Amino acid sequence: MENIIELKNIVKTYDMGGAEQVLALQGVSVNIGKNEYVAIMGPSGSGKSTLMNIIGCLDTPTSGQYLFNGINVSEMNDNELAKIRNKEIGFVFQTFNLLARSDSLHNVELPLIYAGVPSAERRRRATETLQHVQLGDRIHHKPNELSGGQRQRVAVARALVTKPSIILADEPTGNLDSKTGEEIMMLFQELHDQGNTIILVTHEPDIAEHAHRTIRLRDGHIESDEPVTKRRTYTAAKAS
Amino acid sequence: MAYFLTELREGLVISIRAIRANKMRSVLTTLGIIIGIVSVTLMATAIEGVNRAFEKSAEAFGTDVLYIQKFPWVSNDDWSTIRNRRMLEVSYAARIERQSMFAAAVAPVVATGRRVTYGDNSMEGGFISGTTSQYLATAGVSLGDGRFFTAEESNGGRPVCVVGATVVENLFPRGDPIGKTIRVSGFPYTIIGTLEKQGGIFGQFTADTRVFVPLNSFQNQFGGRRDVTIQVKVADLKQLDDAKLELEGIMRTIRGLTPGKANDFNINQQEILTQTFAPISLVIASIGLFITGLSLFVGGIGIMNIMFVSVTERTREIGIRKAIGAKRRTILMQFLSEAAVLCLLGGLIGLAIAFPLSLIVDQFLPTAMPLSVVFISIGISLVVGLISGFLPAYRAAKMDPVEALRYE
Repeated sequence: MENIIELKNIVKTYDMGGAEQVLALQGVSVNIGKNEYVAIMGPSGSGKSTLMNIIGCLDTPTSGQYLFNGINVSEMNDNELAKIRNKEIGFVFQTFNLLARSDSLHNVELPLIYAGVPSAERRRRATETLQHVQLGDRIHHKPNELSGGQRQRVAVARALVTKPSIILADEPTGNLDSKTGEEIMMLFQELHDQGNTIILVTHEPDIAEHAHRTIRLRDGHIESDEPVTKRRTYTAAKAS
Repeated sequence: MAYFLTELREGLVISIRAIRANKMRSVLTTLGIIIGIVSVTLMATAIEGVNRAFEKSAEAFGTDVLYIQKFPWVSNDDWSTIRNRRMLEVSYAARIERQSMFAAAVAPVVATGRRVTYGDNSMEGGFISGTTSQYLATAGVSLGDGRFFTAEESNGGRPVCVVGATVVENLFPRGDPIGKTIRVSGFPYTIIGTLEKQGGIFGQFTADTRVFVPLNSFQNQFGGRRDVTIQVKVADLKQLDDAKLELEGIMRTIRGLTPGKANDFNINQQEILTQTFAPISLVIASIGLFITGLSLFVGGIGIMNIMFVSVTERTREIGIRKAIGAKRRTILMQFLSEAAVLCLLGGLIGLAIAFPLSLIVDQFLPTAMPLSVVFISIGISLVVGLISGFLPAYRAAKMDPVEALRYE
């Protein structure tokens, strides 16, 4: 299988001032292939946020090599990383992180603006993606006029609109009630079925069970990396 | 380039949205810029007005006219020796006219302050000048109505006069002064001509408040022992310096000065005034603009301050934008354009306030807000915005996306 992400011996240390250092990741090696659905799990302090930031190109490793689609991103500068984030990675956050003053359409258009897509095409693609997440009738609503689940759908649409190589979701159901959470997880399953690569960061086993593979982190090491045996799936009947 | 324009447009849209979201704060912030722009533009307008007033007044002296006088216009010499000089005499004019190669017209002028009346109307602070028919050629003023007196009238000491614009306004509020007889200290003079309005800031020297009468009449009625100014119009402006040397020679001969003796007269010219005024004007302009510029500077600091607040408040937004793919330059541009739009807004409001105020200044000085001031002040407010916005925008641009996203 073709690897999208190849992490080789990734180390990340944080200087806490003076000689004190925190070893957040102590040599993590992992490969993630195309159209995989991976859950990264672990208690707080296990380094899963750090790993997610590195996979998401928000941060660079202290040492080790990170190949994204075969390109070494571990030594890229800020602007090159920004370009990768823009084109190749779709972020979905726990707190949605939508721009409060902008309507759904503008929020979804934003990555296309930074990609330099002309405005007519931008509008068309953003509208299509919003329709795709069942928000065709909420295009001109601002985040405070939407429910939590709808906000997260806007965020998913924003992540999808550039057709990225991976979708990186950090506790996407953490701020939602369980029913709405289920709906979002159904959406992720649908996206996976359509061929997207999804990486899910969570500490909830229930949520992780939607994935096909679970990577457990503890104290900056990979504790386990195994396929999910008892997978939760939604049938079309249950979904409707 | 197209990408840059998209970025700029997006930056502008975001900044206008941010400004509208914080209306009160934006207005208070721009107040500093508004006050700054108002004071700078008004100062520039006033300075322009003073310069124009000066130029206009200096024009009256004519660039090609030399004034031979007892006193210098501008001097650092010892005043007591100057004061003790012999007076100039009317007869010099005829000798100069005979001997000078460069002079096109020569006119002796004597003057005194007198009360001028017509019927019940009277004018205080008027000046009576006695001169010859050649005066008009040597003066920077042109005839309005009627005519100037002829050589015959001048030599014959006829009771005719030519009056300045202010005299007409005071004595003939309903106009039509030609042919009327006014009284100067009781002596009747018939008006045969009027002069065009001259204006200017040298009230004493302007022809507006003057009544010109034939020299002979003047001497008969107001006394002959008076200091004389001899005005000499040079035929060719390029020969002004030669003419000056020649006149100096002629004057020294007339005055009987032996070699080695200092001149006991002065040859004045307009250039002396402009040369004296230019550095003064520059100093006034520099100080004025510096002081008013300070208020603009304070306004800029206000913008910088509020931009720092804005950047901190929107740390999370910056994190989101960076995560989604905004480059450093994009973020820099966003906050720079916000500061620039704020300042530009202040600048435009400032201009809108300054313009009607400049019309008030216009009542006192011959000026209008110059178009250049409008453009320059718009430019200045833009530059102030860019400068004061740079540090906050730079701070925003180099934020770490991970940190920024974690910011509560």
